[in-house]
Amino acid sequence: MNSDRNRQWHDWWRGGEVFVWLNATAVAICLVAVVGVILLLLVRGSAHFWPASIIAADYAVRGEPAETVIGQIRDRETVSLEQLTGSGIELASSARQVERILLQVGHREESGEDFRWLVVPWLQQLRYPSKLMLVERREWGNLYGYLRGLGTATEQLSLTADLAETDPAEEELLWRAFQRSIARARAIDARIEALKLDQITDLNYQLEQLRRRQLAAVADNRKAVDKTGLERELAARRSELVRAYEELQNRLEQYYREIGEDSFQVLLSSGEIVTEPVANVIRAYRPNALGFVGRLRVAGNRLWEFLSSQPREANTEGGVFPAIFGTVLMVLLMTVLVTPLGILAAVYLREYATQGLVTRSIRIAVNNLAGVPSIVYGLFGLGFFVYTLGGSIDQLFYSEVLPAPTFGAPGLFWAALTLALLTLPVVIVATEEGLARLPQSLRDASFALGATRLQTVFWVVLPAASPAMMTGMILAVARAAGEVAPLMLVGVVKFAPVLPVDGNFPFLHLERQFMHLGFHIYDVGLQSPNTEAARPLVYATALLLLAVIVALNLTAIRIRNRLREQYKANDL
Amino acid sequence: MRHIMADQKLRKIAPSEVAELARFKTALRPASDHVAESFLEVEQLNLFYRDNVQALFDIRIAFPERQVTAFIGPSGCGKSTLLRCFNRMNELIDGCRTEGRILLENRNIYDPQVDVAQLRRRVGMVFQKPNPFPKSVYDNIAFGLKVQGIKNRRVLDEVVERSLRSAALWDEVKDRLQDSALSLSGGQQQRLVIARTIAVEPEVLLLDEPASALDPLSTLKIEELIYELKAQYTILIVTHNMQQAARVSDYTAFINAGHLVEYDATDTIFTNPANKQTEDYITGRYG
Repeated sequence: MNSDRNRQWHDWWRGGEVFVWLNATAVAICLVAVVGVILLLLVRGSAHFWPASIIAADYAVRGEPAETVIGQIRDRETVSLEQLTGSGIELASSARQVERILLQVGHREESGEDFRWLVVPWLQQLRYPSKLMLVERREWGNLYGYLRGLGTATEQLSLTADLAETDPAEEELLWRAFQRSIARARAIDARIEALKLDQITDLNYQLEQLRRRQLAAVADNRKAVDKTGLERELAARRSELVRAYEELQNRLEQYYREIGEDSFQVLLSSGEIVTEPVANVIRAYRPNALGFVGRLRVAGNRLWEFLSSQPREANTEGGVFPAIFGTVLMVLLMTVLVTPLGILAAVYLREYATQGLVTRSIRIAVNNLAGVPSIVYGLFGLGFFVYTLGGSIDQLFYSEVLPAPTFGAPGLFWAALTLALLTLPVVIVATEEGLARLPQSLRDASFALGATRLQTVFWVVLPAASPAMMTGMILAVARAAGEVAPLMLVGVVKFAPVLPVDGNFPFLHLERQFMHLGFHIYDVGLQSPNTEAARPLVYATALLLLAVIVALNLTAIRIRNRLREQYKANDL
Repeated sequence: MRHIMADQKLRKIAPSEVAELARFKTALRPASDHVAESFLEVEQLNLFYRDNVQALFDIRIAFPERQVTAFIGPSGCGKSTLLRCFNRMNELIDGCRTEGRILLENRNIYDPQVDVAQLRRRVGMVFQKPNPFPKSVYDNIAFGLKVQGIKNRRVLDEVVERSLRSAALWDEVKDRLQDSALSLSGGQQQRLVIARTIAVEPEVLLLDEPASALDPLSTLKIEELIYELKAQYTILIVTHNMQQAARVSDYTAFINAGHLVEYDATDTIFTNPANKQTEDYITGRYG
């Protein structure tokens, strides 16, 4: 009987089913990891956009009178009683575990804190008043409270401070007026932004170019004759630009006056009524009164802002558009730099070089380059590209503005070049493998028809190996898009609202610093003054970075598949 | 003097049948004076692979124009290596070294002044497995011309059609010239490769086991094609298949372990071989 069981066990073991299970488990773990990451990012990230309900409750710390708290629940956790006692909270409870919630209470200018931990047993009379509103502000974060009044240039509306005696119709009227006022303020704000970003930036740029020309004219002491004429011309141009600048400034001030006219009053949880400028409001809504569709609309609105606008409040609010733009542009530039270089190197190593000790050593060296920590590349980029190469370029071409650096400072081009260096091994190895996989008979066929080596390489080998090159490119893009560490040294900054591409010649400004999603995550998550508030934003940005990488990869994969279809070779 | 030398060479190769020898001599060397030498001639050819491993030993052989000569012999005997000497394909192999001379119309193809690309246009080659480029049928055929810088569409069109007709493939692919060559069947691919080779109008065709990867029907077509191409080209063919050698070739050379053992008219080799080794190989007693 026992030996029978033994045999069964033996057969089962020998049958290899164990191994199948082992393999399947490995796959399952991978799947769980991937799905887990995406789910986590989705859930945590969408919290940034989704308007959660606002609660109002009475919070009575033992031995003290109850106070009203208003806010949105951002987190909840269970802690042990000892832990609470240790942090100075004396709870008369028999339970060993106590639940507590993290409430975003807003109005940061008052307490300096955006969030409060509240112990659940002390919370009473939890309620969701539909008139509670959330005001997203340009500064100082959210504001939670009841709208009590609105003052514009033409009218003054106000309600009684007593919520129970408020006329609902009047309150609704006030709410509509408030929304109109916000819409007006946003429209003026859009004009201000456009003025600032387009026209004033352009003018600044032109003034800077003018200054350079003047400096160059001063430095150039050969043509002393027509210098006065040039100087006069430049001065005329300068005063023209300055006049235009002043005119824009006037318009800007006019806008500021207009936008500053409106103000509104809010009844806060503390019972006081504060007056706030409408100009400071991004949007205001009453989540408790919103249905699913209404909340979805708010979320969509916030998502669009996230994707299309600039960051505010030390990156903890607003959008990440400059970071998306910077990431994609940098990766594209890197691809343009690394692909030809890597392919040429691989073709030499595989098609021309004698396969001997030297070639083998080079190949090993290239492979090992892929293992060098990326920060080392960053250092190299800073030391060699930025300071040495960039410094020389400045000496040669931009000497008139020295010591202010042009290319001698971290910038887009150096970042792309550094990443190109970082991903070069990937491209070389992938291309080489593709070349090695090509059957010799294909080359033989070309040679036998009287083609030279160059013709063979360009007309037969490279087209047939193009899918492999694309694979190399895909890997390079994947690696470069996710890289952060070296970029911090060679061009990424936490805030750069001016994009590296604009309407001024030469349109692509390679020397400019730029923003990057990866660095943005690091900056918002760890460097911002209000990490608690920014955490959902970190997840949302991470999800976006993933999406950008996936989009870049999918594009490359599509191109590769097309090439593969076109050049799929016989299995020879 | 030359005649005597050539005679000695021939005698060495095929000392057996006097009548056959006479026929061979007339085929090799027409009476007219200006073609004093044979069309393609190998003199004392030695070939070494890397680390001085010798693969061919003192090969001396001459081929008549516009005839089919088959190389037979056991695997690894050097017959493919010998074939690849005629268009200097062995030079693509690292460390391969050739000694001796091969004369194509009295010019040594191993002369340093010879342009290898030019030589390969004169001596075309078809490989064991069909190796069309991963391009369209049209581009495959036109490749050899494009290499020479010919871009005129009319010329290319004409050559593509003529080559495909010569390779008996035109009717099968005339509607799919822009399709990938890889969509053709194996036999069609091999005929495409032959068409591609004759598109550049070579004088000599080297066929390295052209039908070994094909099914019997495709093989038959290739053999018929070889028979037709003989009218225009001097054909050297390596084959493992005795029947094929007997069917398609006019002359047969038996090579063993890098040595040319026997060379004679195909009928003679297969019916009355002079050498014991040859007889053993042909009758299947080899090894």
